[in-house]
Amino acid sequence: MNGLYQLAVVFGVLVVALTIAAGLIWLERRLLALWQDRYGPNRVGPFGLFQVLADMIKIFTKEDWTAPFADKATFILAPAIIVVTVLLSFAVVPFAPGIVVADLDIGLLFFLGMSSLGVYSVVLAGWSSDNKYSLLGGMRAAAQMLSYEVFMGLSLMGVVVLAGSFSLTAIVEAQRNLWFVVPQFLGFLLFMIAGIAETRRLPFDLPEAESELIAGYHAEYSGMKFGMFFVGEYLGIILISSMITVLFFGGWLGPVLPGIVWFLIKVFFFIAFFILLRAALPRPRFDQLMSWGWKVMLPLTLANVLVTGALVLAFA
Amino acid sequence: MIASASILDLLEEKFGAAQITRQATADGIPTFWTPRENVQETLRWLKFDVERPYRMLYDLTAIDERERVNREGQPPSDFTVVYVLFSFERNEYVRIKTALSESSLSVGTITGIWPSANWYERELWDMFGIVVEGHPHLERILMPRSWVGHPLRKDHPARATEMGPYQLTPRKEEYEQELLRFRPEDWGMQSGRGETDFIFLNLGPQHPGTHGVFRTVLQLDGEVIVDAVPDIGYHHRAAEKMGERQTWHTYIPYTDRVDYLSGVVNNLAYLNSVERLAGIVPPPRARVIRVMMTELFRIINHLVWYGTFAQDVGQLSPVFYTFNDRERAFAIVETICGARMHPNWFRIGGVAQDLPNGWQELFRDFLKYLPPRLKEYDRAVLGNRIFKARTVGVGAYDTQTAIEWGVTGPNLRATGFEWDFRKKQPYSGYEDFEFDIPTGKNGDCYDRAIVRVEEMRQSLRIIEQCVNNMPGGPYMSDHPLATPPIKKFTMHDIETLITHFLNVSWGPVLPPGEAMCPIEASKGSNGYYLVSDGSTNSYRTRIRTPSFPHLQMLPLLCRGRMIPDLVAILGAMDYVLADVDR
Repeated sequence: MNGLYQLAVVFGVLVVALTIAAGLIWLERRLLALWQDRYGPNRVGPFGLFQVLADMIKIFTKEDWTAPFADKATFILAPAIIVVTVLLSFAVVPFAPGIVVADLDIGLLFFLGMSSLGVYSVVLAGWSSDNKYSLLGGMRAAAQMLSYEVFMGLSLMGVVVLAGSFSLTAIVEAQRNLWFVVPQFLGFLLFMIAGIAETRRLPFDLPEAESELIAGYHAEYSGMKFGMFFVGEYLGIILISSMITVLFFGGWLGPVLPGIVWFLIKVFFFIAFFILLRAALPRPRFDQLMSWGWKVMLPLTLANVLVTGALVLAFA
Repeated sequence: MIASASILDLLEEKFGAAQITRQATADGIPTFWTPRENVQETLRWLKFDVERPYRMLYDLTAIDERERVNREGQPPSDFTVVYVLFSFERNEYVRIKTALSESSLSVGTITGIWPSANWYERELWDMFGIVVEGHPHLERILMPRSWVGHPLRKDHPARATEMGPYQLTPRKEEYEQELLRFRPEDWGMQSGRGETDFIFLNLGPQHPGTHGVFRTVLQLDGEVIVDAVPDIGYHHRAAEKMGERQTWHTYIPYTDRVDYLSGVVNNLAYLNSVERLAGIVPPPRARVIRVMMTELFRIINHLVWYGTFAQDVGQLSPVFYTFNDRERAFAIVETICGARMHPNWFRIGGVAQDLPNGWQELFRDFLKYLPPRLKEYDRAVLGNRIFKARTVGVGAYDTQTAIEWGVTGPNLRATGFEWDFRKKQPYSGYEDFEFDIPTGKNGDCYDRAIVRVEEMRQSLRIIEQCVNNMPGGPYMSDHPLATPPIKKFTMHDIETLITHFLNVSWGPVLPPGEAMCPIEASKGSNGYYLVSDGSTNSYRTRIRTPSFPHLQMLPLLCRGRMIPDLVAILGAMDYVLADVDR
């Protein structure tokens, strides 16, 4: 019985995550349109909802083309990596009490590890395409994601210190009295910025910078291989939103409504915020991004860890 | 003009009367001929040594004179090279001509005097087959490298039907593609430095950051641009050659499409010269209508630029806002002119029609609508810190450099130099309007943006004055060359009927002569140099566009910067490829 339940959770999480990711394509286009004084997709089905379906049919039936000059094995592997790593990360996310695929004691470390592996996808895609634009995009991605990874992990140490555990379920439980966003506000900001950088969303979309590198690392991809990057990006947004919810906004905790509903409300709030950022901000230059990461964000993160640690030591 | 006499006198004094042959032109620009051997020395003297020097090379072109009639008083010439210089101190142009014979078709380069002569001289070679001796890289610029012949020669066909059917065989396709391959050694470029290999990145002709079919090859060290080689001509549509085929009247629609974002501004630049040649002064109402529509199109142009520039630095939304605003402006244009982007609405001697009933309300609504929107964009775009980080200090040049490279318009004013031809050499009645000339300080991308945004506000001011003070009277001159003449008189008197018939069927015959009366277009100074030999069409139409010299500056601005900066520089430059390639 227990095994069956586990299986149900696994498939449930998988299906829901993928469905939301696909639905996000519609949501993003509609929200962007709303903020940009236009309509967005509104023809296919009610509110244009079936646009997603049409897009999926299109992307599945497109010719699965591999550039003849590309490094075939790596070229095919790259888009798979991003989807796999992000989906694996979902394994440790506690959506509600009992709804978690694997409640690991080191859940947080597992998440960080997986997001580090995700970098390979972009770098390999840029490298194997044998296209100068892709290469530049891949190089940007490598530098950006590695630098922002450094303080992404560190920015969460405050939370770990407060909760006294790496287990995500334990971290949520530790927020019964107070969401960690209050004592760890700086940590929250830093993690969110690093998270956007990890998902390569505007203003951190330098690896694909449309007006400069055309599409950067995935310029040579088409059909479902491109679709994997696409879905991977949206899965990444959901993942980062989920992590923000879990780590700083009390996960499923909330009055009256069931836990899963609270969780989804919080997640969608952050997803919408990510989309708003895309509608509002320009893109910094590569060197500006790097120097901001190393000269501003990293020192702030270290200070956050030190101060949190000192305060916990002093009052505990 | 007294001033014009003085520079010619000075020249005669300096070089001797034998070297200087004066020519009278309709535009009053001091014009003289000097032998080929003397050109470089004369130009050098005019740029460096004369008091109040001519520091800008405004234009450089040629005329194939072999079939020209009615050129009495000018030295014999098969091909004439024409240099136009401008002096900001004198607020005056000077035109230098030199005669070449068909048997010895070459002239010395002046790239040593003005770096901006480079592209103009390549155009001389490309279009006329005139060899420019000493030029650093004399290659075709507008036509494909495989082109046979030199299009602006009179013996070159202008119509496709005269050239036989076009076929693209696989072999030819391969050959053409091979010609497009970039070879760094052709441009004197190293393929590496020490241990480092450079990447040569082909940016364009299809690239979202280049705003049209423009190609530039970047020599990259990592992501840092070592050097760039711009390649233009993909948007060349033979606008100048068409000028020789169309009548003076039927050429107007072609001008709309030169700077295709500025519509009737082009009409005005062309007609300014035509009307000077014909000796027409449009009636006051026509002049004010022209100013009003020109300023509206200046706003339309700047709105497109605003949105796309923001998009170039990664901001997705402003382009939708400004295009919505532009749509409102187009609604006005549509009501008045019947068309939108290319209204083709000014005519020789006036405008096509009188204003429709209720036009004031349309403008008043727009005048109320736009300022708060502009204020909002100030906060969303100009005030944004990332936007500033991307544009402040990027692609900066000073006034001196700008003049050296032939930069005009907002790009010149961004360096802090207050120079606007609407104020300095008023045309079409601009002297009657109150408006300020916005300037920048540092000449970087950010200042160029500030200047343009402020220009929109000033244009609104001008439009408001037009709306409040529109004079009555006819919208078309009653000059016999005005085309088409006002129809209602034709049914009453036979002379008008005949003129109407001739001007509409054959087209008006302009008296022989030459004129160039540039205007302050939305992107900079735009001038049509027209040569009439007394026929229904132009003998030579030369379009001096602002975008051409601006784009030529690109390598200078982007050396040592990164690819994102290049995109920002291109965006801030505000060019369109049709305005570059014509």
